[in-house]
Amino acid sequence: MNQILPPTSDELLAILPELILAGGILVAMVLGVFLRRPIALVNGLSWLLLTAAAVAVLTIPLSGPVFHGALVLDPFARFMKVAVLIGSAVALAMAWSHGRQQRTQQFEFPVLILTATLGMMVMISAHDLIALYIGLELQSLSLYVLAAFNRDSVKSTEAGIKYFILGALSSGMLLYGISMVYGFTGQTSFPAVAEAVAGDASIGLIFGLVFLLIGLAFKIAAVPFHMWTPDVYQGAPTPVTAFFAAAPKLAAMALFVRVVTEPFGSVTADWQQIVTFIAIGSMVLGAFAAIGQTNIKRLMAYSSIGHVGFALVGLAAGTEEGVQGVLVYLVIYLAMTLGVFACILAMRKPDGMVEDIGSLAGISRTNPVMAFILAMLLFSLAGIPPLAGFFAKFYVFRAAIEADLFVLAVIGVLASVVGAFYYLRIIKLMYFDEPAGGFEPMPGTLRLVLGASGAFTIAFILFAGPVGELASTAAGGFF
Amino acid sequence: MTLTGLFFYLFSAVLVASGLMVIAARQPVHSVLFLILGFVNAAGLFMLLGAEFLALILVVVYVGAVAVLFLFVVMMLDIDFAELRQGFLNYLPVGALVGVVILVELLVVVGGRAIAPEVVESVPVPIPDHDDVSNTEAIGQLLYTRYLFYFQAAGLILLVAMVGAIVLTLRHKEGVKRQSAAVQIARNPATAIEVRKVEPGKGLS
Amino acid sequence: MEALLESYLPLVVFIGVALVIGLALLIAPFIVAYKNPDPEKLSAYECGFAPFDDARMKFDIRFYLVAILFIIFDLEVAFLFPWAVSFGDLGWFGFWSMMIFLGVLTIGFVYEWKKGALEWD
Repeated sequence: MNQILPPTSDELLAILPELILAGGILVAMVLGVFLRRPIALVNGLSWLLLTAAAVAVLTIPLSGPVFHGALVLDPFARFMKVAVLIGSAVALAMAWSHGRQQRTQQFEFPVLILTATLGMMVMISAHDLIALYIGLELQSLSLYVLAAFNRDSVKSTEAGIKYFILGALSSGMLLYGISMVYGFTGQTSFPAVAEAVAGDASIGLIFGLVFLLIGLAFKIAAVPFHMWTPDVYQGAPTPVTAFFAAAPKLAAMALFVRVVTEPFGSVTADWQQIVTFIAIGSMVLGAFAAIGQTNIKRLMAYSSIGHVGFALVGLAAGTEEGVQGVLVYLVIYLAMTLGVFACILAMRKPDGMVEDIGSLAGISRTNPVMAFILAMLLFSLAGIPPLAGFFAKFYVFRAAIEADLFVLAVIGVLASVVGAFYYLRIIKLMYFDEPAGGFEPMPGTLRLVLGASGAFTIAFILFAGPVGELASTAAGGFF
Repeated sequence: MTLTGLFFYLFSAVLVASGLMVIAARQPVHSVLFLILGFVNAAGLFMLLGAEFLALILVVVYVGAVAVLFLFVVMMLDIDFAELRQGFLNYLPVGALVGVVILVELLVVVGGRAIAPEVVESVPVPIPDHDDVSNTEAIGQLLYTRYLFYFQAAGLILLVAMVGAIVLTLRHKEGVKRQSAAVQIARNPATAIEVRKVEPGKGLS
Repeated sequence: MEALLESYLPLVVFIGVALVIGLALLIAPFIVAYKNPDPEKLSAYECGFAPFDDARMKFDIRFYLVAILFIIFDLEVAFLFPWAVSFGDLGWFGFWSMMIFLGVLTIGFVYEWKKGALEWD
């Protein structure tokens, strides 16, 4: 047999961010277990590693498939990786400032955030069905543990179990789909699958595609595979929920976009109807189910389901503008979600954390700055111009209309009108109801995150051009 | 060849039957035992395909370790059998529907195999002939070099599993005295013995 | 392929013989043995006194931890077999590939050792 050569330095350079994270994980584990009080150090180290990885992603040259077609670093991967790394780093910083007061932190927490992030990086870069699955498992396994991290709380354990069982089921679906795609094409690498599909997919391939999409829809929590989301968001410790809502959602969406556009790019009509269906379902359910919620984390879960639906509207268009819209949407969603969760993490009364929406009543008088920014973020989530959320929806709906998906766009607009109701209800509660006692002052990190998120949301009109351009470059690779 | 066919049907029949029994057995422990029977028969099927390594790993890992873990979990949970059976009939239609869908899928795949036989030729790395390279060796020649990235990522997944299991289940009892060999060995007369002068009739206080 | 399967024929014969002997010893007593049951004979027997409660009780979670750690290392060992078999073809690249894999899991091992997951207190 001919000898297979070791990876070249170019190949290693292409996965430098992943190598930084992987090496850092090992160092963090050794430090954590040998030092007497490792928490602060491991947290700082993890934060540095995420930043270093983000810098590395930005500086290393783009490269084609490496490791025999396992991974690729195209503009899309670079864009999404930076977004995911920022999301993870911010979530970690918020968790740290929150945990310092809680005193329940273990050094495994940042380590698991790192492993999850590493899994997401592999997912985003995946250029092969095996890499897709391995990245997804690395991420999911870390997330299951994180959901149940507060193991003495019944809710957290329940969240972990539910997430694990349904996640394992979805992984099974995904694997079934992968095995069918492999069985009908004999290939696992995306370009090779695309070549084998080449315009007309056999019935077996369609079945494989459907199962693949079901597995991925579970991971992005799109209707009808969203059932786990509210319970997991509510049960998991709040810093973990903040992390869940940010980075993994982006990574799974990136994977979704890549799978439908790259290997199955030539059979758009076959997946378009599925994506349209789950987009409509997610938007409508996200809007209506959120109305009756009293727990803010549960509300954010339904809100995230709705936003995934809106982002999928762009994908349903199946055009470059559509994918660009998805990317812009995700970035804006990331910024808004992190800001809202900074507020949720700051909902602390003298006798502990609170989660019910009623406790936000009248905080415009007790915590005016927080109330103002939160109100702006909620307006933005509702999609009111000229805030960031409006542009996000504008991009995806424009793409849908250009692709002649009028019904989808109309349903989307109606859903966002319904959705606006529950966001505005919170704003009304904050500004026009009697104060229910204010919150304790926010820690510095949360203030910083909230400020940055608020500034991004309010002043997005200034960034709209550059962000749109970056997203356009990133989306361009697929078409 | 007929013998191979005979064994194929034997293994498949027992596999399907034990699969049924896994969900139908009244006792969860019996379910696990049927699962083990199923694993062994699946290993037999792998063997018939020439996948020796997978067959034996299935026995070593699944029968030897995973099934034991299942047994632990089944025994650890205090299961109320009567309650467990309730709702079985309610969920039967949905479950049967899913089963039928998956059966149809399988038929489609098998049909596709017959329709698209050229797929076997187009795999990226064809399986070498058995007479030249044994199955295990063929895996070894690719897994650690061509599939280096997946191999190392699998290592990290195992690491996460380890961390996760420990984070979620490890608890130390308070106040357990442990043997410390180093301390024991480091003892010498100066640290271990104290000589006291005892005055008659008073004792030590 | 045929040769491979033929090499497993002795195993099949062995299992067949074992099955026959096992079943014969199981069934023969049913047919031959003298049966005269009475309630006292059929009651559960535990060291000479009546059993206290159900034999099914909750296990300590630590059994589970030990089992899952065992599975992880079992899988690690599973990766060693093909490596050992094809070691001659792999060269230094294959060697270091496995060393890195083992290194990662050794760090995991150090972690669990220092954490005290291998202690039974």
